[in-house]
Amino acid sequence: MKKIAIVLAVTATIAGCATVAADTDYGKAAMAMLKSDFKSKGPATLERVLKQDEVQELCSEYPHDLPKDKAAALEASQLKTIKYPIDGKYLGDWKSGEKIAQSGRGMQSSDAVGSPNGGNCYACHQMTKEEISFGNIGPSLYHYGKLRGQSEDIVKYTWAKIYNPQAFSACSNMPRFGHNGILEEKQIKDVMALLLDPASPVNK
Amino acid sequence: MRRKGLYFFAAVIVSAAVPAMADSSDEIAKYRQLLADGNPAELWEMRGEELWKMKAGPKNVTLEKCDLGKGPGVVKGAYAELPRYFKDVNKVMDLEQRLVHCRMTLQGLTLEQATAIPFGAAGKPSTIEPIVSYVTAESRGIKMSVPMSHPEEKRAYEIGKKIFFYRGGSHDFACATCHSTDNQRIRLQDLPNLLNKSNAQAAYTTWPAYRVSQGEVRTMQHRLNDCFRQQRFPQPLYGSDVITAVTMFMAKNADGGVYNGPALKR
Repeated sequence: MKKIAIVLAVTATIAGCATVAADTDYGKAAMAMLKSDFKSKGPATLERVLKQDEVQELCSEYPHDLPKDKAAALEASQLKTIKYPIDGKYLGDWKSGEKIAQSGRGMQSSDAVGSPNGGNCYACHQMTKEEISFGNIGPSLYHYGKLRGQSEDIVKYTWAKIYNPQAFSACSNMPRFGHNGILEEKQIKDVMALLLDPASPVNK
Repeated sequence: MRRKGLYFFAAVIVSAAVPAMADSSDEIAKYRQLLADGNPAELWEMRGEELWKMKAGPKNVTLEKCDLGKGPGVVKGAYAELPRYFKDVNKVMDLEQRLVHCRMTLQGLTLEQATAIPFGAAGKPSTIEPIVSYVTAESRGIKMSVPMSHPEEKRAYEIGKKIFFYRGGSHDFACATCHSTDNQRIRLQDLPNLLNKSNAQAAYTTWPAYRVSQGEVRTMQHRLNDCFRQQRFPQPLYGSDVITAVTMFMAKNADGGVYNGPALKR
């Protein structure tokens, strides 16, 4: 009886190792293919895609089921990356913010290097009543500021969420606009105004 | 009847093109219904059949002896079983890779010649898009049944799956960012959840497709190239193994779906 148990245990261990080994092998093969079968074009470089940071690596490994302890650790380390505006001013011009929210350009292989990036907020979020062409991958942000006000906590949280959403929701689908250099500080201020300024169509 | 459909298309496009661009699924569905008997992709299918049977290349032979997996010359139903393992090259190939292989080995073309103009434009037609249209049309009405018995087929599927979930680049995007949840949209564009069988079937069985917005039939590689572009990934090489692996992952997820391409899309 004991022998059978040992045999079973050994078999299970070998089977377990085999699965892990195969999985690692597929991962390595996938990396090799990315390396050999893609070529850099415009701002979309092969080097950047091949070099995953901790967020990209963990979220690729656990697409649905990131363990809670790993998620908490990831959020904590990403929170430390956030840089707040040095001049202490968080709100720019909502009209410029609207243009940034509408633009899906930037960082694609078809874009020119150094061309301005958009935020493409409408791709995933409802923002204003006027724009009916909006996606639903993210929650509606209509009346974002009207519902939350402009307290220091809300303003800082909103900034941080745009700068690095991984700090609040590990493996979120939302890009890290500040941390990854997609939007410049001034652009984030303008998007902030779009969300929080009472005059913005988001809050009408 | 087919011809009639095409003439009808010409008359309809003027009035129907505008609503089709309006990004509305309902409008596109109506548009498809109007054109049910006259998808312009038929022109590509006819041209592709001519090219398939036309002597070409330094060896001056046709593609009729090309083995797409069901034996030399068997086109009927071949696409419904692709990608698959090919013993002669000891690897898994998708349709576009296999065509390159046949044009090189049978007709004697160089790799450069066999992959020239994979995506056509006005005044610069592709020979690949018509041939792919012809071959895929020969699987219309046939259930997708991608083989998974060879270890290389399983391997291609698993690598494709890894790439599907691989997050990287400036925006942290993976294929899965947009294609692993039901009922999602970007702007007003519905996104198929490629992990959901009925979604995967509906998506996979309708490529290639005549794109109204582009006036061309586009192949699966074109579709994937455009996805990777929007994902902020670099550009995949034409006919590369990475495209075959991702295609294998999608094709297998669509298993059992009735193939219905080349279709008509916005």
